[in-house]
Amino acid sequence: MDDKNNKNSIIRLFNVCKRYGGKLALKDITLDIEQGEFIFISGPSGAGKSTLLRILYLAENVSEGQILIDGMNLARISSSKLPFLRRRFGMVFQDFKLIPNRTVYENVALVLEAAGEKPSYIRKKVMQVLRITGMEKKYKALPPTLSGGEQQRVAVSRAVVGDPCIILADEPTGSLDSKSAQAVLDFLMEYHKKGATVLIASHNLHLLESTVRGKNIEIRDGMIKRTATML
Amino acid sequence: MTHFLKKALADIRSNRFLNLITIITISLSILVVSVFLLFFENASRVIESWNQGGRAMIYLAKDFSLDYLPELKAKINAVGEIDEMIYISKTQALDKLKKNMASQSTFLKTLKENPLPDALEIRMKSYNSFEEVQKFAQSIKAIEIVEDVEYGQGWLGRFLKIFNLFKITGYAMCSLFFLIALFITANTVRLAFYSRKLEVEIMRLVGATETFIKAPFYVEGLLQGFLGGIMGLAILLITYLMISSGMTQSLASYIYFDIRFLSIKMVILIIAGSTFLGWFGCYLSLKQILK
Repeated sequence: MDDKNNKNSIIRLFNVCKRYGGKLALKDITLDIEQGEFIFISGPSGAGKSTLLRILYLAENVSEGQILIDGMNLARISSSKLPFLRRRFGMVFQDFKLIPNRTVYENVALVLEAAGEKPSYIRKKVMQVLRITGMEKKYKALPPTLSGGEQQRVAVSRAVVGDPCIILADEPTGSLDSKSAQAVLDFLMEYHKKGATVLIASHNLHLLESTVRGKNIEIRDGMIKRTATML
Repeated sequence: MTHFLKKALADIRSNRFLNLITIITISLSILVVSVFLLFFENASRVIESWNQGGRAMIYLAKDFSLDYLPELKAKINAVGEIDEMIYISKTQALDKLKKNMASQSTFLKTLKENPLPDALEIRMKSYNSFEEVQKFAQSIKAIEIVEDVEYGQGWLGRFLKIFNLFKITGYAMCSLFFLIALFITANTVRLAFYSRKLEVEIMRLVGATETFIKAPFYVEGLLQGFLGGIMGLAILLITYLMISSGMTQSLASYIYFDIRFLSIKMVILIIAGSTFLGWFGCYLSLKQILK
């Protein structure tokens, strides 16, 4: 790849392969994602969408190939620097991954606490984000007492509270009704407009086509089958 | 730090039973250790008092003459620093014996000659242990005119041997209880970690450093150790206060001393050791889990 043509690239993958035992989950993925892009990764279940995201947020290592995030080669990042790199990401999961015995406020504040922010800043910022996602009044509630849509809004709040430059969402609307799904996508779009690069992995192509404008990368059997711009 | 303390306290609250069991186990271990230390501290004082502050009697040979006394004193002074040295002639010794054994003085009157030797009663200027007195006595015994040196090596020596045996048993018991407390603490931290596995996973995903993840567990371990230490010592203090006055009165006529509670220095040392125990249990557990 030519660096001159990719000066705004924030994520670059070169011939990435991921193998689980003898099975190839990702095969020779080469991808270039520019800063501020809205990427929709589609494909059927088991196609490799989640694996791709897991590799990007460093939950797993690649078997072959290289990944550059904002110019940094992930293979050369020491384990002590991993947390600092992860702070550039905001993550949303299908199963929300909220801490059940912590309140909505505490779940969202965790990102800023981990980053060592001051308590006064944390209070202000968390309440500001919860206001935007409509969870301000339920800041004291525990996640199990909330509906699926509400829990995902908390998860989105947590993903964006640290002002990450990249938001990765793995099936964010997978367990939500259409109204809640729409709300979650609207929040992600909102943050995309503020300059964040957003990658959403979902098999719900219809919903996304009706909502977002961006690039669609279709994955099948661990390989990129098609890249198209959605208008 | 406040953040980690809050998190640790919240975890202790949410796992009350488990943490209570750990704190009780630590406190019982500390109690056993403290009981031994209390015994050793008091026993050491008794030994010191029985040894009368480094006193020794030097019995001289039959052919000793007073002309030799200045030279002998000089030789003894050369061995070690002497605070006090009193010459007791065999006549003075017999008179004193007669006075002390007033009822049996008739028997003493039948003696054809004085069987008692001339003697020197000495007190060392400074000494740290019974062993030091023993060493000093042996050096004096090597002087030609000295027949024998008495410094309580008979019964006191035997008592010390028993005391040392007891000390070794005490150390073994303390080590055993230390290991039990360590094992329980490590397991509590392990259970706490597994109950918060999702939380730890999420923390990693949001960019928390290993220090940020581990710190609440360490604070929890330190708190368990600290509270266990305080509780163990409190139980010992209450027990001591309840029984010490009566015990001192009944024992006073036999052992001529009062039983004292542990010194402040020892109390601080025990609490510090207990807190370290909590930390170390946590360290071992996390090292194994997060390797």
